[in-house]
Amino acid sequence: MSNVPWLTILGLIPLVGAVVVAFLPSAETAKRAALGVSIVTLLVGIAAASQFEIGSSEQFQLTEQYAWIPQFGVSYALGVDGIALALILLALVLTPVCLLAAWNDLDGEALRHENGSGRRVQTYYALMLVLLTFMIGVFAATDVFLFYVFFEAMLIPVYFLIGSFGGARRRYAAVKFLLFSLLGGLIMLVAVIALYFVGPGGPDGFLVSNLTGVDIDTNTARWLFVGFFIAFAIKAPMWPVHTWLPDAASAARPATAVLLVGVLDKVGTYGMIRFCLQLFPEASQWATPVVLTLAVVSILYGALLAIAQSDMMRLIAFTSISHFGFIILGIFAMTTVGGAGASLYMVNHGFSTAALFLVAAMFIYRNHGRQHIEDFGGWQRVTPALAGVFLVAGLSALSLPGLATFVSEFLVFVGTYQRYPVAALIALPGVVLAAVYVLWMYKRSMTGPRPDLGRLVPDISLREKLVVAPLIAAFLVLGFYPKLALDIINPAVERTLVYVGVEDPAPTQATPGSER
Amino acid sequence: MTFLVTAAAAEPGAAPAYAWLLIGLPLLGAAILLLGGRKTDSFGPLLATGLSWASFVLALPLLFAMLGRAPEDRAVEHVLYSWIRAGSFQLDAGILIDPLSMSFVLLITFVGSLIHVYSLGYMKDDPGHVRHEGHTLSAWEESRQPSERRRFFAYLNLFIAAMLLLVLANSYPLLFVGWEGVGLASYLLIGFWNHNPAYATAANKAFIVNRVGDMGVIAAIMAMFAAFGATDFAGVGAAAAEADTGVLVLIGLLLLLGATGKSAQFPLQSWLGDAMAGPTPVSALIHAATMVTAGVYLIVRSAPIFNNAPTAQTAVAVIGAVTLLYGAVVGMAKDDIKKALAASTMSQIGYMMLAAGLGPAGYAYAIFHLLTHGFFKAGMFLGAGSVMHGMKDEVNMRRFGGLSTFMKITWITFGLGWLAILGVPPFSGFWSKDAIIETAFIGEGIRPWLLGGAALVGAGITAFYMSRLFFMTFHGKRRWSERDYHPHESPPTMTVPMMVLAAGSALLGLILAWPFAETKPIVAWLEPVVGYGGSEAEPVLAIPVIIALTLIFVAIGAFVAYRMYIQEDVPTTAPVGSWGTQAARADLYQEEVNRTLFEQPGVALVHGLEHTDRSGVDGTVGGLATWIGDLSSRLRRIQNGFARSYALTMLTGVVLFLGAVWVMQ
Repeated sequence: MSNVPWLTILGLIPLVGAVVVAFLPSAETAKRAALGVSIVTLLVGIAAASQFEIGSSEQFQLTEQYAWIPQFGVSYALGVDGIALALILLALVLTPVCLLAAWNDLDGEALRHENGSGRRVQTYYALMLVLLTFMIGVFAATDVFLFYVFFEAMLIPVYFLIGSFGGARRRYAAVKFLLFSLLGGLIMLVAVIALYFVGPGGPDGFLVSNLTGVDIDTNTARWLFVGFFIAFAIKAPMWPVHTWLPDAASAARPATAVLLVGVLDKVGTYGMIRFCLQLFPEASQWATPVVLTLAVVSILYGALLAIAQSDMMRLIAFTSISHFGFIILGIFAMTTVGGAGASLYMVNHGFSTAALFLVAAMFIYRNHGRQHIEDFGGWQRVTPALAGVFLVAGLSALSLPGLATFVSEFLVFVGTYQRYPVAALIALPGVVLAAVYVLWMYKRSMTGPRPDLGRLVPDISLREKLVVAPLIAAFLVLGFYPKLALDIINPAVERTLVYVGVEDPAPTQATPGSER
Repeated sequence: MTFLVTAAAAEPGAAPAYAWLLIGLPLLGAAILLLGGRKTDSFGPLLATGLSWASFVLALPLLFAMLGRAPEDRAVEHVLYSWIRAGSFQLDAGILIDPLSMSFVLLITFVGSLIHVYSLGYMKDDPGHVRHEGHTLSAWEESRQPSERRRFFAYLNLFIAAMLLLVLANSYPLLFVGWEGVGLASYLLIGFWNHNPAYATAANKAFIVNRVGDMGVIAAIMAMFAAFGATDFAGVGAAAAEADTGVLVLIGLLLLLGATGKSAQFPLQSWLGDAMAGPTPVSALIHAATMVTAGVYLIVRSAPIFNNAPTAQTAVAVIGAVTLLYGAVVGMAKDDIKKALAASTMSQIGYMMLAAGLGPAGYAYAIFHLLTHGFFKAGMFLGAGSVMHGMKDEVNMRRFGGLSTFMKITWITFGLGWLAILGVPPFSGFWSKDAIIETAFIGEGIRPWLLGGAALVGAGITAFYMSRLFFMTFHGKRRWSERDYHPHESPPTMTVPMMVLAAGSALLGLILAWPFAETKPIVAWLEPVVGYGGSEAEPVLAIPVIIALTLIFVAIGAFVAYRMYIQEDVPTTAPVGSWGTQAARADLYQEEVNRTLFEQPGVALVHGLEHTDRSGVDGTVGGLATWIGDLSSRLRRIQNGFARSYALTMLTGVVLFLGAVWVMQ
């Protein structure tokens, strides 16, 4: 245990910041304050990450543990492994980017909106900061009950961010989001409670470390696995429980959509690694054929549905369903390569989706809120630089080599093929479909003759450049030097597979007659 | 020459670190031009051209150093950094400089730089930005328009960098970065004038069809890693020597799928004709001389796999033979000069692919033909560009005729390319194509007769359609009026590159196959890589007979073209033609096949799924959500209604939990 409670501090900064922001008198000051808070959080996060030791023998580092409800085995226990740390850093980087991107989104809303409370900007930014706190908490929790609390608590700011700040169908989308999430959450709650009783019990019976390697009756373990898995599959989201995502993402403010799809949904795939695989190894292997099938279906289904969309934001949401399929495929391939690829994919997808959503939003803002692809056309001739950025974001979504997403998708393919060649090969057309949905959207919206808009439409502004620059930098750095992220991810992946008790298949040709 | 010293002083087996600059300089150029904004408008194109030449100059000391080493020591590697470390997958990014990659480096940087120079002239008339009908730009907007010319040169530099990465990479994954990188450059340049929707569609088509092929490369890498635990050339090569044939055939066929996409081979050939939407220098560089030959490179580079996978080798040869005939047949009917040249490119790469399926001797001759083709085809494309430049961008050859007197340099340089592709001795194509035809006639049973026969017939058809193209453009009656057209020779920035390439069309084959040497220089040069030293089995026909037959076929083809297109007048509108002509003109109905087999079912599937997603998958839960949604709007005055019920739910959960604990204890 380190002396400084880094993770608690990290979580408290945005929470305190949110309270301050909510009570600031002016909207402009609130924006600046919120951005400042998120940047401070990021800097503290980097300082915390620098304390992280790559070769450590402990699963969790930067740990803190206090008894919370010892009667029921609940502790306030925080700590991170490489995967959790990478995802927290992702959240820390994306939050200031999103806050900056949302700068003008609520202009004039205070007057127009039915609530007319006049403090909408403050509320919006405060809720975003609260969300950051919960995102840090959910990835840092090393107590299953604490994780559950964060997991459910996250819903509250998201519900309000969508339901009262979103677009046309915000109520429908928010309720749908809440219903799906509640359903998953309640199923998980049952599993969480049951887990306590099959575990060692005692005042810290909910600690992940105390629940790992526990000998659970096979049937019970499978039921518990299913309980957790359903919640995570809904969150991820996976086919066929994905339908809330396109509605939520297209109704939400772009900045909210980014945090929702880019970070928050990763709780699903992160949970699969941390809880499904680590706590129920046998059940995970038992469920693998079904999970792999659903993952492959998600990959192809999400991509095909993306092609069918006429709304930019919905299209981007469907690409994410396809990409989450890849992540889940890599996790359940249960190879070090697939696992590392899936974990890296979670990070890369965050940056990639952020770029797509935010740049699309920049176009939609310029087009008076119209987000149908057919409402555009020829915009490469109107805003060439912005169109170029959009193309780069699209190329990242189709995993162009040289950009970060390629490395992770490639590793998922390679790692999956090692053990499940058929699944990898069936998923492969996903790369063609990705090219279709990205380039077809680009063609319909950006190419063609210059439209006569009858007004001046400015190209990318300085603020917008500051929004996209870190994202594109992340594409390139993690594309050419993925070692930065892989070095902290690898040990966590390898340890998880040790818990599961599987080893990588040996090369079939290099050592003839190997045991597998 | 400090580079020379450095190179010579480097430890054996290691390439000098500066070799990375070959890729780095053009990449830097692309970055400066794309990010530098309008400040770089004035000097950007020159900078790009200079950096491309700098890559060529940098390659020279590497070449000299290589020549200074014994043949078996000529392959050197330089590892730059550790690229991917993920569990058991460990891969360094490094470059491999051996005679094979060096051949490509020289071709890419030399021809590429010449085409940069040519583009300085060719793109000069391209407006600084696209003018728009019916919309007058304000002065402010005018000043905001990006320089299209700068963008063009940025993409060209990006292409050079990606192509060099493709050929210099020391592993399949890194090769794949270059592989899709050139695909991106190709996409950007085909769609360079994408304000024309048809051109934008052509760009998409090129990328998407290539992606179909790329699935093969990815799958091949997956299979390699599962089988060998390695994906670098050295590791795969070593493991392949002892691997099961079945695995090697699988990997070989997957690589072939990749090659058919990139090299526009049957059945993934359909994108190349449409790719002519790009500016002509692009067609010359990317869609004739370099990128489209990357598939051939991939096969030859994978020699250790194919050498032990005879089934895959045969598949390569058959694909090559089918494509060389397919392209040749299509080429006979095209009236668009660029599309005719594109069909010819497809056909000529078919020859290379055929050769690459013939084992070690074939590898050498595939690369030989690739090099000579790089010169004569690029030269002819630049010639076509020069014709278009003088003819107001007209591409319909039925509107040309008798241009030889107006553009003498274009005529002569094009003529040398024409002689080269026909295979008239002693021009370049004669040496390289003949070697392939001879090698195709080696073997047992019916195989040499089929493959050799296809190559032979292809030579005859090639002679016909290239002569048709040449005659329709430069000879015969003028089918244009002086009122509409003012044909003129192009400026020296364009003609000088054409002259240099024409010199290559004339002489390169002779030099590389120097008939008085004991071993052909190209064979000796490539021997350390492909393992072929010049001793080959006897073809089923005597070599002089094959040469004579080839020349007879060529003479017949050219003569028929002479009768049809010089002695007879060419109608300015294409006659309906026989069913054969119609089929060839329609690219043998490739579009119709693709549409029926893939596009229409694909669209139906997408729409079907979309409908199901809304009504079926979403219906159950969605209905409930709508109901509650209505409820929620009725309750909308009660703020936070849902937060309350939500809190209640959580509370219930906690109570249940606490109760359970209490009962258990």
